[in-house]
Amino acid sequence: MRTLWRCVRMQNRIFWRTPVAAFFTLVFPILMLVLFTAIFGNDAFDTVYGRVNSSQFYTPGLAVFAAASSTYTGIGINLASRRELGILKRVRGTPIPPWIYLGGVVLSAVWVAALGVVAMVVLGVAAYGVNVEAAKVPAMVVTFVVGSASFAALGLALASVARSVAMAVPTANATLLPLAFISNIFVPFGSETPAWLDLLGNIFPLKHFGLAFGEAMNPLSDAPAFEWHRLGVLLIWLAVGAAVAAWKFSWEPPVISGRSSRRRRTQPAPA
Amino acid sequence: MGPAVAVSELVKDYGAVRAVDGVSFEVERGEVFALLGPNGAGKSTIVEILEGHRTRTAGTALVLDTDPSSAGASFRDRIGIVLQSSGIDPELTVREAIDYYGAAYSRRVPTGELIELVELDEKADARISTLSGGQQRRIDMALGLVGDPEVVFLDEPTTGFDPAARRRGWELVERLASQQRAVLLTTHYLDEAEHLADRVAVLAQGRIVAEGTPAELRARAGSALIRFAVPDRVEPVSDLLAPVSGDIVGRGRHVEITTDTPTADLAQVTGWAAERGFELEGLTVTTPSLEDVYLSLVADDVNDAASLDGGDSQT
Repeated sequence: MRTLWRCVRMQNRIFWRTPVAAFFTLVFPILMLVLFTAIFGNDAFDTVYGRVNSSQFYTPGLAVFAAASSTYTGIGINLASRRELGILKRVRGTPIPPWIYLGGVVLSAVWVAALGVVAMVVLGVAAYGVNVEAAKVPAMVVTFVVGSASFAALGLALASVARSVAMAVPTANATLLPLAFISNIFVPFGSETPAWLDLLGNIFPLKHFGLAFGEAMNPLSDAPAFEWHRLGVLLIWLAVGAAVAAWKFSWEPPVISGRSSRRRRTQPAPA
Repeated sequence: MGPAVAVSELVKDYGAVRAVDGVSFEVERGEVFALLGPNGAGKSTIVEILEGHRTRTAGTALVLDTDPSSAGASFRDRIGIVLQSSGIDPELTVREAIDYYGAAYSRRVPTGELIELVELDEKADARISTLSGGQQRRIDMALGLVGDPEVVFLDEPTTGFDPAARRRGWELVERLASQQRAVLLTTHYLDEAEHLADRVAVLAQGRIVAEGTPAELRARAGSALIRFAVPDRVEPVSDLLAPVSGDIVGRGRHVEITTDTPTADLAQVTGWAAERGFELEGLTVTTPSLEDVYLSLVADDVNDAASLDGGDSQT
């Protein structure tokens, strides 16, 4: 347990010393909330429960996007880069148990995700009149934990499938960003989307994460506002991610011809 | 308690290619054992099997009486690995990295002591990303030793060191052996093997082609090498060389004689020259270097220009 804690702290320290990672996982989604409300306005409209600002619906979507970036993109690129540098191989040669090391990476990413979500919600409440109901906070927390765990497992899967950083970065972006557009994240008001896009969104986990979290922040929903079927879909993706990682994850630096990272000595079959 | 490392009939295949082909050797505690060979000879594959990074195809491999392929944390607690291919988190400082990895071991060398040992005092709080190549090798070494290991694997430990740092690295390895640790070293520097190793195994194409102390290996190439040059005015020296017993290589005025009877051959040569009243230029009698032996042992293997100090393409 102490080893796990030490691994989490070390990963956190590394995260804060990597300004690019900190910017894209924490600052960027918040910037989007600021821009969305600036561009599309933060109009209030009347409901049976009273007046509601439109940022009430942007905020949960972008919070979930921050959580998914930190876990899925963050873990995927982080581990691919650490493998390429031979750091994972070093860890494998020490008494640090592999699952403790990976657990440290995952928990650190979930911690950063939590910071991102809290920052987003706090900004929404403080600056844009977003309302958070105490009775629905448990649903927010549970949804966050299940969703982050699911995207963390998918991050492990990404690091297993993408053997190099050069593959992990575009793979992460090419999967998460388009998905965000069809998952009510960037376009929260379910405008007239074609049925096939709707179906696609329903298959992948991001929409369920976003809608479950959104439901817990929706003034029109009834407390406690748990979306069990969406959490179920997230758990299925968690299992898929974990299975791919268990099957494919490697600690060995990849063999990339014509490129060498620091002092890496490739070990293919001798010519 | 068996030897620290015991390898018998070890085989490793990569697909259809046999990288390690029936290798056997043992390393005792307090001994430095060097695997010497050109790139691609199988050195690193053997070491990585012993570290538990790779599985073997056949044969046995025991480290501290444990099969590394199925060993867990308690095994890794007792070994130290200094690998070419393992990096260190560039965001951490030297001190943080040693603290972090060191905390995983049950017997742990204090961080300050290690930093001093590898002479990184001035860089203790510098980020690893800012260190030079040689400094990074030194922290590699520190991380390999932080758990006070019983067996140390050193994969080309002084590559990238300047000559002075190299000497200090050697002193460090010698100290390890004097502390009753077993040290398994791979290198393609002959002087390193000669200086450090109690015993050397020369690998070529996955097989051990020679094994022994550096002196024993040298002895395989004959006991002496006589070199000299004859003056320009002297006619071909065939009448001189006819009675010489050793192997003769002549290039113009320069003559090299490899011989097991240096005294008789030298007498023949000097007598012949003295009789005619001239000096043999640059006359020397030397023991063949390990390099001479090594080159003859791996000759078949290095035909395709895999040089001794060859690049960093593969091992």
